[in-house]
Amino acid sequence: MRRPVIKVPVIKTPVMQMPLKYAPVKFAVTLVSVAAVLAAATSCSPTPEAAESKSLKIVYQKTDSFTALDAVMQDAKKEFEASNTGVTVDLQPIQANDDDYGTKLALAQRSGDTAPDVFYEDTFKVRSDVDAGYLLKLDGYLEKWDDWAAFSEAAKEAGRADDGGIYAVPLGTDTRAIWYNKTVLQKAGIQVPWQPKSWDEILTAARAMKAASPDVIPFNMYAGKGTGEGTVMQGFYELLYGTDSSLYDVDAKKWVVGSQGFTDSLTFLKTLYDEKLAVSPAEALDANVWKKVFGEWFPQGKLGATVEGSYTPSFWQKGGAYEWAGYEQDMGVAMFPTQKGQDPGGVSMSGGWTLAVGAKSRNPELAFSFLTTALNKKNALAYDINNSQIAVRTDVASEPEYLAANPFVKDVSDLVKVTHYRPATADYPRISTAVQVATESVITGKQSPEDAAAEYDATVRKLVGEDKVLEK
Amino acid sequence: MRIRRFLRLLPVVPSVLLLLVFLMAPVAWSFYASFTDAALSGKAARDPQWVGADNYVRMFSDDSFPLAAWLTVVFVAASAVLGQNVLGLLIALLMTRSRRAVASWVGTAVVAAWVLPEIVAAFAAYAYFNRDGTLNQVLGAFGSAGPDWLYSFPLVAIVLANTWRGTAFSMLVYRAALADVPRDVTEAALMDGARGWQRLAFITLPLIRSSIATNLMLITLQTLAVFTLIWVMTAGGPANASTTLPVLAYQEAFKFGDIGYGTAVASVLILLGMVFGAVYVRLLREQKS
Repeated sequence: MRRPVIKVPVIKTPVMQMPLKYAPVKFAVTLVSVAAVLAAATSCSPTPEAAESKSLKIVYQKTDSFTALDAVMQDAKKEFEASNTGVTVDLQPIQANDDDYGTKLALAQRSGDTAPDVFYEDTFKVRSDVDAGYLLKLDGYLEKWDDWAAFSEAAKEAGRADDGGIYAVPLGTDTRAIWYNKTVLQKAGIQVPWQPKSWDEILTAARAMKAASPDVIPFNMYAGKGTGEGTVMQGFYELLYGTDSSLYDVDAKKWVVGSQGFTDSLTFLKTLYDEKLAVSPAEALDANVWKKVFGEWFPQGKLGATVEGSYTPSFWQKGGAYEWAGYEQDMGVAMFPTQKGQDPGGVSMSGGWTLAVGAKSRNPELAFSFLTTALNKKNALAYDINNSQIAVRTDVASEPEYLAANPFVKDVSDLVKVTHYRPATADYPRISTAVQVATESVITGKQSPEDAAAEYDATVRKLVGEDKVLEK
Repeated sequence: MRIRRFLRLLPVVPSVLLLLVFLMAPVAWSFYASFTDAALSGKAARDPQWVGADNYVRMFSDDSFPLAAWLTVVFVAASAVLGQNVLGLLIALLMTRSRRAVASWVGTAVVAAWVLPEIVAAFAAYAYFNRDGTLNQVLGAFGSAGPDWLYSFPLVAIVLANTWRGTAFSMLVYRAALADVPRDVTEAALMDGARGWQRLAFITLPLIRSSIATNLMLITLQTLAVFTLIWVMTAGGPANASTTLPVLAYQEAFKFGDIGYGTAVASVLILLGMVFGAVYVRLLREQKS
């Protein structure tokens, strides 16, 4: 017997038309979006002088855990609009992580119609963005700005490009250190304040913590592509710059390959991850692992120590993303040691962000004037305190309010003496990714430190060419 | 006569113009940019230089490109051609024989995944395959600890997710096609003593061949372009274990700022889509003649 075929009403869409329309449209959208960017890329012709519009577009980053700059910008907007009648300040915060913020900013800068007048710019991108013609040279304006003298000499360098001109004004700087939970260390019988003198002392302490409380993560260091720039700034470079090697030879302007220090640094990471002294590789590759570090593991006493920035207290202080009243008592800070304790005994990395004026701005005078409002003493002080930045204005640095912002200001500021900066060349972002890939291969067990280092060398040679590498 | 023909073509002119401006022009740009060193920052951003076929040469000496091309082929074959297509046909066939209520429930459940916006579907899939996600919680309830799917089996996870998301489309196409199969032919076969699978293989499938070809073409092109799902679930990782060509193109162009190389990868992707398209169109034409 044959079962009668029951007619089932299908969703009443004209089925044979839908697919034909749907798929090509979607495909087209993908193509269009890729190509739209290209269209923008090649059509950077300057827009003809439009009617003088007295409006300034300000672009900066704002995230759930980074609102300090937004607060400063809101204040500066009020201040500026009050003293400049007829001018509207159009604040356009971008909600994105550092990488995506950079991409969005670069895309906006390709056309005069979308380019911002004043924007938040990472120091290590200043040089390549000046090359790209995105930043306005500020020398002429700075001469007339009295406050410029208050900036520390080192900080002024952050905005200098290859032609010697200044293109950006720093908001603040930062350093990196070991942050540790005193309770976890004391449980393992380690005396606080703790200051390891070499890599071996870190491993010894971490093993002791593991033995004393098996479910804590003793000593975490970021690795892999997930944490992006965090992997290298708060992790690999503290290791590499503490060996006798480095990433880049500043004098020769060449990238270092084949160094023992590079392999040693990878080996150290391998030891941490293999002995389960750090998080599991799967957790390390999660781009959000840092949120757990600040939001859960440290406050709950599940993490012994990690390498993080001087801005760390900004997450825990009042109004921060992960308020934690006890951090001032529970946490300690130590300098990251050099490999075998060789001079200068410690190592740190510095970055920091700046404000810059867009080269395509239609009101450069006004834009610079807004920049000076956003960076005046009052606003700089508020920003440095709320975001736990190391002050770059000497008048802010000597303010009692700044020094008393949290118990760690002095410790992390002292690290400026041993700090290093990333090579701010246009090749840098790719090299950084190559380093991240090497760490990822090692902690996941895909490659031995030697093989990963060899692959890194090959990648660097391919990226920058034989004439820009140095065998060390 | 000529004027009338021209007048008849007039209504399509706007759509042709729109296609030229919004589809062909970007493709042409992308193709052009792939021969330059266009970049997001640095000197090349201000003044991109013509570099000939350098980007394409680099592509084939770069380890990540062949891997991405291979992963793309596996992803398309496994999630579209096998997953969505076969599963869609199977569900459509079962629906013709099941009760009305069952069929409409199944239909709704399958279509639900397709109705979701891509980003929502991607988050749902992420929440499902995540280390502490639904799948591992269900496995945990039965006492077995699941692996970290997105880390240990990223390709499997995105293939399953894309199959889940796209099957509804094939199901709808085949539902319509099966409804058009004349009943007298199947009945005649039945009278001749053909079994179920024989009727399927020798009567039903040949009759819906053109729908199969159309469906395959569309889902292949769709799957080639899948980006959001993969980006949200694994971001192409760990290492490059789930970096398909669209993800690679995005990373090169927007993460590393190398628009020239990124568009070169995109151009290869377009060519790949055209090859697939041409093959299917040919299949369609052959059976018509």
